[in-house]
Parts: sequence; C-alpha cells; structure tokens
Amino acid sequence: MFVLIVMCRIADLLNPRYLSILPMARRSGSILSRLLANPPPSPFTAPTRSITYMPRPGDGAPRTVTLIPGDGIGPLVTGAVEQVMEAMHAPVHFERYEVRGNMRKVPEEVIESVKRNKVCLKGGLATPVGGGVSSLNMQLRKELDIFASLVNCINVPGLVTRHENVDIVVIRENTEGEYSGLEHEVVPGVVESLKVITKFCSERIARYAFEYAYLNNRKKVTAVHKANIMKLADGLFLESCREVAKNYPAITYNEIIVDNCCMQLVAKPEQFDVMVTPNLYGNLVANTAAGIAGGTGVMPGGNVGAEHAIFEQGASAGNVGNDKMVEQKKANPVALLLSSAMMLRHLRFPTFADRLETAVKQVIQEGKWRTKDLGGDCTTQEVVDAIEMASNSDARPLPKFGDWDVNDPATAEGFTVIFSKAGEDKKTGRSTSKTTSQRKQDAKPAVKKWLCFTFS
Amino acid sequence: MSRQSLSLLKNLGRITSRSGIQTRSVTYMPRPGDGKPRPVTLIPGDGIGPLVTNAVEQVMEAMHAPVYFEPFDVHGDMKSLPEGLLESIKKNKVCLKGGLKTPVGGGVSSLNVNLRKELDLFASLVNCFNLPGLASRHENVDIVVIRENTEGEYAGLEHEVVPGVVESLKVITKFCSERIAKYAFEYAYLNNRKKVTAVHKANIMKLADGLFLESCQEVAKKYPSIAYNEIIVDNCCMQLVARPEQFDVMVTPNLYGNLVANTAAGIAGGTGVMPGGNVGADYAVFEQGASAGNVGKDTTEEQKNANPVALLLSSAMMLRHLQFPSFADRLETSVKRVIAEGKCRTEDLGGNSTTQEVVDAVIANLD
Repeated sequence: MFVLIVMCRIADLLNPRYLSILPMARRSGSILSRLLANPPPSPFTAPTRSITYMPRPGDGAPRTVTLIPGDGIGPLVTGAVEQVMEAMHAPVHFERYEVRGNMRKVPEEVIESVKRNKVCLKGGLATPVGGGVSSLNMQLRKELDIFASLVNCINVPGLVTRHENVDIVVIRENTEGEYSGLEHEVVPGVVESLKVITKFCSERIARYAFEYAYLNNRKKVTAVHKANIMKLADGLFLESCREVAKNYPAITYNEIIVDNCCMQLVAKPEQFDVMVTPNLYGNLVANTAAGIAGGTGVMPGGNVGAEHAIFEQGASAGNVGNDKMVEQKKANPVALLLSSAMMLRHLRFPTFADRLETAVKQVIQEGKWRTKDLGGDCTTQEVVDAIEMASNSDARPLPKFGDWDVNDPATAEGFTVIFSKAGEDKKTGRSTSKTTSQRKQDAKPAVKKWLCFTFS
Repeated sequence: MSRQSLSLLKNLGRITSRSGIQTRSVTYMPRPGDGKPRPVTLIPGDGIGPLVTNAVEQVMEAMHAPVYFEPFDVHGDMKSLPEGLLESIKKNKVCLKGGLKTPVGGGVSSLNVNLRKELDLFASLVNCFNLPGLASRHENVDIVVIRENTEGEYAGLEHEVVPGVVESLKVITKFCSERIAKYAFEYAYLNNRKKVTAVHKANIMKLADGLFLESCQEVAKKYPSIAYNEIIVDNCCMQLVARPEQFDVMVTPNLYGNLVANTAAGIAGGTGVMPGGNVGADYAVFEQGASAGNVGKDTTEEQKNANPVALLLSSAMMLRHLQFPSFADRLETSVKRVIAEGKCRTEDLGGNSTTQEVVDAVIANLD
C-alpha cells in the first residue's frame, strides 16, 4: 500500500518508463520517504537561494567581454547569446572582433582586448585542412597560456539518449602534446610530427583537475593515457597525476588506457566522473562523451588559464557546421548559451547564471523548440525566443548604473553604451537588438564624468 | 529490481533534488589556484561565542573546506581592540566572529562598533526567511535588511552639557547614505530581488532622515526595474508583524536597522537561525545575523545549548563570499536538512539538543 501512495503523489514527476519500479525494496523506500517528506518544488522555477550571495560593493558594475563570432554557425550562435544577455539585462557587454579561420594569425587588437577584459566568448574558427595556415584556435590558447580545457558532458533532463546517468567533466591539457604544431618533412615523402610532453604542463593540468574536483564536490579523477605504448611521454603525464593525487586523499584516482576508455564510455559511462587527459586524447574523449550525452550541440565548456578565460561550445567536433545549417539558420545555440552561463558564473554573477540555465533547461525539457540535431525542426531564432520567454518573468528594463567603480575607467565606457541604449528603449518602447558596434555609432558622444547622472 | 529502482531513484533525486535545493549541473569553472586554502580571522568572543564558533570550525573541518582560521582572543570589556587583530583582518580580508558583549553604562565603547568603523564595514546584511520545517506564526517571510553600519545614532558622540543633561548626536551624511543606498540597490539587482523599501522617520527628523531618503530616491532612479517605496519606521514595525510578505529588501539607517532586523528575525524563526554579515569595500566580517544585542544567558552557556545554526549559515555566506560556491551549497543543504527533519533542535527552536548534537547531525548530513 505504501507503494501505491508513492505512485499517486509523484506520478506527475515521474517519466512513464519509471513506473516499472514496482515492487520496491525497503532501501529505496527510505529514499522515497525522504523525497516525499519535502515535496520538491517544480524543477522549472528559478532556484531561489535563500542564503544569498552577498556581493562586495561595486560587484554590480558591468563587465566587458571580448566577443569573437567566428566562422560558419559562429555568428549565428554568438548572436543568440547576445540577444539572451540583453533580454536578461545581465551586467555584461560585448566587444566584437571579426576573426576568420583562414587568417594568417590572430589580430593583435583581439589579443590585447582579451588581455584587457580577461574573458572572451567565441564561436568556432574553421581551420583549413592541409598545410600552411596554423590553427587560430590553438594560437589563441598558446598566446594567452590557456592551458585547461573543460567540457561538461551531462544528460540534460528531457533529452532522451541511449545512455543514462552521464555526468562527465573532461579536463584536457590545451597547449602541448600532439598539438605542438612541430612538423617537418625529413625527406620528400617522410614527415615527422613531434609530440611534446613536459613535466611542467602535465603537473599544472593535473593540479587543475584535482582542484576542480575538490571545489565542485566531485569524487573521482581518472587519468586517460597510452603509456603502455608511449612509455616515456604518457608515463611522464601519469607520474605528474599520481604525485598530485597524493595531495588529495579524499578524491579517488585511477588510470585507464585510452582505447579501453573509449569502449567503457559507450558501455558504462556512469563510472566516469572527472577525466584528465593530454591534448589529443582529450579531444576524442570529450567529443565521444558529448555525443553519448546528447550531442555536441548542448554541451557547455570553456578554456581557462591563470589569468584569462575563453568560453566556447564545449565539444565542437572540429567543425563549424555545414553550409546548409548556416543558410537555414538552424544551428543549436544551447551549447554556447550554457557556456555563457558558465561565463557568468566565472564573472561572479551567480544569479544571472542560474536564471539562464533554468530557462535553457526548461526549454529543452518542454521539447517544443528543438533544432535538427536534437530531433526537432526549429531555427536558432525560435529557440532563442523560447529561451527569452522562459526567462521573461524576470525581464525588466535595463538598470542605469552610477559611477560605482571609480578605479576602473573601462566601466565608464560601458555605461555610455548602456545609457544610450536605455534612451533608445524609452523612445521606441521596445528593446532593439543592434550590435555593440552599431550602438556605439549611434550613441551620443560620451562625456566621461565621474559623477552620477541620469538621462531623461 | 531494487538495484534498478535505486538507480532510477537517484536519477529522480538528481533532477528534483532533496530538500528542494537545486543541484547545479553547469559547474563553477574555477581559475587555476582558486582551491588554495584561505585564512580567515576568527574571533570567538564572549558568552556563547566560543561555543558556536567552535561548531563552525568542526563543520569546516568535516567538509574539508579550503579555509583555516586564525583565532584571536577578544572580550567585550577590553578597552580597545587587541594589536594584531586589525592587521590580521586587513591581511585576510575576511573575519568570522562570535558576539562581543558590550558592557552597559559609561566608559567602554562598543568593540563591535569599533571594529566596523575601523574597517569601514558600512553595510550590515541580515537575511530573515522562513526555514522549511520550522513552524512560525508568519509564513512567506523572505526579508533582507540592509543597514547602514557606521553612522547614525551609533556615532558614539555623547557629552554631558551640564550635570544631569546629556546630548547624544545622531549624524547622517550624504556620503554614507548614498553608499548604503547604492549597495542596497546593487544587492537587489544582483540577487534578483524585486523591491527595496526605505525605512525612516522623516516626518519627525525632517533633515536627518530626509537626507537619507533623498539619497535613496536618487539611487532608485538608476534602477527603474526595482520597485522602490518608503515607510515610516513605526508603521513598518506594525506591518512586519501583520503582513511580512510585503517586504523584500529593506534599507535603513543604523538604529532602525537594528530594530527592524531583530523583529524580522524574530518573526521568521528567531535570532538563532538567521544568517548575516557586514561588508565594506575591502573587508567583510560575518557573524550571527541578528543577535538582539546579547550573547546568550548564562544557563545557555553552561548547558551548552546555544543554537549554532545562525553562525553556520553565516559561514555558508562567507564561503560564497570567498568564492567556494560548492562548499557553501553543501553546508546550507545539510543545515536545512537537519532543521527540516526536526530531530535535533536546540532550546530556542523548541527542542532540547545541545550544540554538539546539532553539529554532529549537520556533519552526518553532509554529502
């Protein structure tokens, strides 16, 4: 009879296929009784944390973020992020820079902008196949020494996949390994490619992986390697991981050879938690894990170094979408939106990050607005509109900021942009979605004062 | 069947989460080096202070939080703050504090107020809300009282004009009013709050509280999305006990803030469970949100019955301030679970457990 009561009360929460739980063991009964004692709220309400984030005075000052739209579907999905950020009135504004995958190198001004803003949001850059042009993605990561790449592959509720219980974070070394780019033709017809593994880089990526696991309450770190074949190179990587593991006795550490790892990923993915890998294996493992958990269109990720961070689609499988997707504008913006939620959390705006995530998850769970890779047929814009509506209960006109941070001239620059947009909103009565550069052109010449003033 | 149902139930638990707390799947991506342990100055204080700060230390150890404490011995009847204390706080930037008992009557100025003035901790924040599982006479309470901490009636400027006649100065400056108003609106913006209410007595103290109100009104213009209104403090106290759900964020000068915070804490479950902190541009000191000015009765101290929940939740705020959100969430979830279960409660919440039993329950509930 206890079982019957349970069914009635949580039938609305349970997926129909969970109804095959009968009969239940006593252990699961106790878990259920705990669940039912405090009936959980609907998963769609924005989480209100009653112990709030007590900001430092001045934390609300808007932050500038470098934006690189990129190639292919890049401009489409970064446009989606810009729209949603505006709709949420997040204290972020973007500095756009045009970079194409077939440029010789990343323009100086882009690098300077990222060094100044410390945070960058990026669509994909298509690296041409074949000789001559080195990958601009790699160049950006090396110049800014962004040594850790992180992809969070997780089953999104509502999205049905063949694998359940996937929650894997792949932390991948981003600067050396097989991607050193050191190749030469020994004799015509013979090419050597160097894979460089250093103790310095291996140690810092291992340290980052364990620190990440510690700070995010993860229980296990798995090192992925091929040290039975590349005994010295991957052996050095493994040594560094083992040394760091000694400092974290609470976190379980184990090692797995990369081919076995790929097989285990598709057989029993729930055994993996955090995985730390060198460069190439990380690429493959991340894309595999993304694929089993719902596709590269929904996995968030980022790249971080000691000083800078670049957020982009978690695992892009090396491409920026085919031409048809770009034409029909059917790219999936979810991955970049969740990455921008990670960016908001990195910039220390946790409330905005939570609102964005909740809205995105709500849209995916409802299942009405899905792009082609998730089995639906919507365009990017329709998904973005759905997400904006989902976060709309909190949408309000843009606040006007005062001169909170007098020590940082960059914030005054941002205020000019925001003020003139607020003025436009008032005139037209609805928010326009112009790009930042367009808005700057339209803005009245700014008088940089340090006093508070309001536009009427 | 049990293994299958167990895994299915775990999945269900992850989506809906126990105790109604959402588990964030898009994680906080730390900067390299963020996991380095942070030193925090610890002031056990008087009365129940050492008991509850010890509770926090135990729980932090059990969680293996990347925080370690530098304790300083300070008592309320000292003439001034000890030497190393201010340097330590200036170095660590964050302090956790039990209560300091200020002696009644002349001579010794309050060390609590001294600390706040020296470090310019101009905003004091108390979050008064109904804890699930804790029955109180008022429902739907979720009030944050932001109180100006450095001036107002607590300026400490008193003098005896003639024998038998004493004047006490209440000082209100535009500078301080403006910054507390700015902080209150910024807090509301960053924490998705809808309304800010200014509490005042400007019908009587036209110039002093009038200046405070002017500053609030100016700042309110910059946040058109946040509703702003004003309420006279006596009406406010009555509304608090009649219909507390109408209040969201309240910004007040020093004295009214003290009273409003303690009233709001009382209606929502008592001062034993409300978290709070004091923040300035550079430093932050976390302590029990609203302590009603006392540090516990002697019997509470003897029987070790003090309620550690308020200081535990304040230390969760401190962990979030130090940018360790995962640890903060774990601590909060555990504390809320213990309160919701209702088995381990101290005397002020209607039970008869000791502090140590509550701490053990919190540690047992950490996941």
